[in-house]
Amino acid sequence: MKLDGKVPSGPIEKRWSKYIADLKPVNPANKRKFKVIVIGTGLAGGAAAATLAELGYNVHAFTYHDSPRRAHSIAAQGGINAAKNYQNDADSVWRLFYDTVKGGDFRSRESNVYRLAEVSANIIDQSVSQGVPFAREYGGYLANRSFGGALVSRTFYARGQTGQQLLLGVYSALNRQISLGKVTMHNRKEMLDVVIVDGRAVGVVVRDLLTGKMESHYGDAVVLATGGYANTYFLSTNAQHCNVTATYRAYKKGAFFANPCFTQIHPTCIPVSGEHQSKLTLMSESLRNDGRIWVPKATNDKRNPNDIPESERDYYLERMYPSYGNLAPRDISSRAAKRVCDEGRGVNATGNAVYLDFSDAIQRLGQQVIADRYGNLFEMYERITGVDPYNNPMMIYPALHYTMGGLWVDYNLMSNIEGLFVLGEANFSDHGANRLGASALMQGLSDGYFVLPNTINSYFGKGKPQTISTDHPEFKKSEVEANERINKLIAINGKETPTHFHRRLGKIMWDHVGMARNEQGLKLAIEKIRELREEFWQNLKIVGTASNINPVIEKANRVADFMEFAELLAYDALERDESCGAHFREEHQTEEGEAKRNDADFSFVSAWEYKGIGERPDMHKEELNFEFIHLAERSYK
Amino acid sequence: MKVKLHIWRQNGPNDKGKMVDYNLDNVSSDMSFLEMLDILNEDLILKGEEPVVFEHDCREGICGSCGLVINGKPHGPESGTTTCQLHMRKFKDGDDIFVEPFRSKAFSIVKDLMVDRSAYDRIQQSGGFISANVGSAPDANAIPIAKNIADLAMDAAACIGCGACAAACPNGSAMLFVAAKSSQLNLLPQGQPEKNKRVRAMINQMEKEGFGGCSNYYECEAACPKNISVRFIAKMNRDYFVAVVKEGTKV
Repeated sequence: MKLDGKVPSGPIEKRWSKYIADLKPVNPANKRKFKVIVIGTGLAGGAAAATLAELGYNVHAFTYHDSPRRAHSIAAQGGINAAKNYQNDADSVWRLFYDTVKGGDFRSRESNVYRLAEVSANIIDQSVSQGVPFAREYGGYLANRSFGGALVSRTFYARGQTGQQLLLGVYSALNRQISLGKVTMHNRKEMLDVVIVDGRAVGVVVRDLLTGKMESHYGDAVVLATGGYANTYFLSTNAQHCNVTATYRAYKKGAFFANPCFTQIHPTCIPVSGEHQSKLTLMSESLRNDGRIWVPKATNDKRNPNDIPESERDYYLERMYPSYGNLAPRDISSRAAKRVCDEGRGVNATGNAVYLDFSDAIQRLGQQVIADRYGNLFEMYERITGVDPYNNPMMIYPALHYTMGGLWVDYNLMSNIEGLFVLGEANFSDHGANRLGASALMQGLSDGYFVLPNTINSYFGKGKPQTISTDHPEFKKSEVEANERINKLIAINGKETPTHFHRRLGKIMWDHVGMARNEQGLKLAIEKIRELREEFWQNLKIVGTASNINPVIEKANRVADFMEFAELLAYDALERDESCGAHFREEHQTEEGEAKRNDADFSFVSAWEYKGIGERPDMHKEELNFEFIHLAERSYK
Repeated sequence: MKVKLHIWRQNGPNDKGKMVDYNLDNVSSDMSFLEMLDILNEDLILKGEEPVVFEHDCREGICGSCGLVINGKPHGPESGTTTCQLHMRKFKDGDDIFVEPFRSKAFSIVKDLMVDRSAYDRIQQSGGFISANVGSAPDANAIPIAKNIADLAMDAAACIGCGACAAACPNGSAMLFVAAKSSQLNLLPQGQPEKNKRVRAMINQMEKEGFGGCSNYYECEAACPKNISVRFIAKMNRDYFVAVVKEGTKV
């Protein structure tokens, strides 16, 4: 099957405006007759739900949280990029486009990225008009800061809580539409299946988490904005409930899953302190501006870091990458940390941590300067670890943070299934093999506020689809299957908890499908995942009933999907026999240990088609054509 | 370390509920409070008992899901700290720890330590927004906003909607929550056109939900994990009086 990205032709800077000009809009009087189902109410889903309602569509939005304000978009710290050029530093739509394609190591679709850069400026306008309190200069104008992967200052921010403020902006717009009766909000409802009739998405089956009841909902279109799958690795910076169920079950219904092996690992997180660990917390990358990263030269050195003399320390980033030093890019410094820990030189009780030391900076600049720059981060570090980072080096380690892969979509953000749209982190389209900092918020809001509300016309402009009753056998079948799966989980009646299995799955993934991957390890991982899945279905223990709120069932149901999805992720990593961006295959590296891309053979999107549990999925390729940007090696020298 | 837990168990809104004792022997001081509860829950599942239900998600202190009354205080003994950011090193070996849900007239108990905070959503829906459709926004720098005003709006906007303010208040008042949102928007130039309507609608909805009024206990400020100041309540009261004089009390 040939995948058609439906990318418009012509000069890249005209494509989006021409696309809009050519749209066949829906008659305003008819819009309320179109019912749109939106799953997930983070930045992408919440923005789409509110905006579609403003346009007049009849929107039903669903979240498994008690309120849309809890979505994990809220945890983003750093900022949001936009090509405003308020700093007069020669920024432009073109430059943001170029930086994003290059940052993604040339594995994204040019036209989608250009559109993202184009609407980025409107996002800032819209958010400010909603009352989002971005940081400002004394003159009253908006402030910017710089971020990795760019030479211009284009990142807008609200202290260290940019995601929170943007999400609360979305939430307020959504609240307004709820109060007007234009959005029907369904809280504490988890989507368990997409219903497809004659090749068209016609609705969803959701489970009421308070009563356990399955419900069917018809929609003229279904929008998935359900986030990423970093929690496949158990430990990540994602929230506890983030999961792959919605997108994975759509995949099982025929939607293609694209580039699942593109998973981003962030170098500066607070390390694991013990077996009890439930999540990892990110520390802003900006700390590397003044901190020096080191480990002891000797293996198994258990001395207090302050007792280790200078001559017995290895400032390995400064040694290995003299020009970039501690500011080496995310993927490079993550892999270097793993290497020294694998050598047995890691610190912390687990041996999986490196020092980030501020003592030189404090001596040079004084404690006050460091406190002004990083005070809140130091405070957060001390709260979590109990260690005062002014007098002891911090300990950090890389952690799973974001997933660039997701359901395959065309230029309309529609998957290969008619009427099924996918937004935000849940789709694959804009970040290629590596996402730049401050670009996730931009993409979620771009998709939700500006792209989908236009592109949904490409589907609805053909006229209103025929309504399918929720009594249709396909709805009934989905309800029965979703219920049966839960009953099957309960019936196992084994001896281990869902969390136990999730933790073990995470370890397999981290060890073999993590920062550095190779053929042997990936094949082993696939075997191990299958074995673990087998064991899961024989030895899982669940307590309580399915007819009351039951977090054990919720968790087990999600882990069951991770168990299948993990295999797909490993397949993709195995099949992509090159290194690019965050995907590092040890077989393909330069002499200095940097990623070696293979454009001749791998300049494509891998889109996987489900063929059954434990069966090898089929891979479809969407070739990537770079008409406007010249393919080049990412260099850090 | 060892701790003795006394946890509120209640099997649904209509169940009477009671405190149940649990002993935990293998608690590490590096654990977060919720990780300690995770261990308890894993043990309970293995024993075939139902785990303690509590809300949590981001575990970074920002989503506002978690919220327990620990030893009588919403979010526990550490000031400016959410339940998920509280760590066991703040307790001593052998401590008795009492864990209860956020209790307030307008928060009904769903199960165990989980409460229904949808009243907060409805207050926001009544007027906690600026009516600005996508497409109508002017350039973001078209209206300069003084830095001190923007910073003050940000102080108010830091609210995570956890409900600790209402749970801490002897009157069960949600004034700090309502004041934070209405002040954020009423401080900014973009929020001026709907300023009067907003504050009246939100206060009206707050009363409808069954929250009490403010009589200056300041318990809300002490419990707020984001250290939001009660000065915003004063600002809201001022906005409210002006709005009522201009437009009356009827929403």
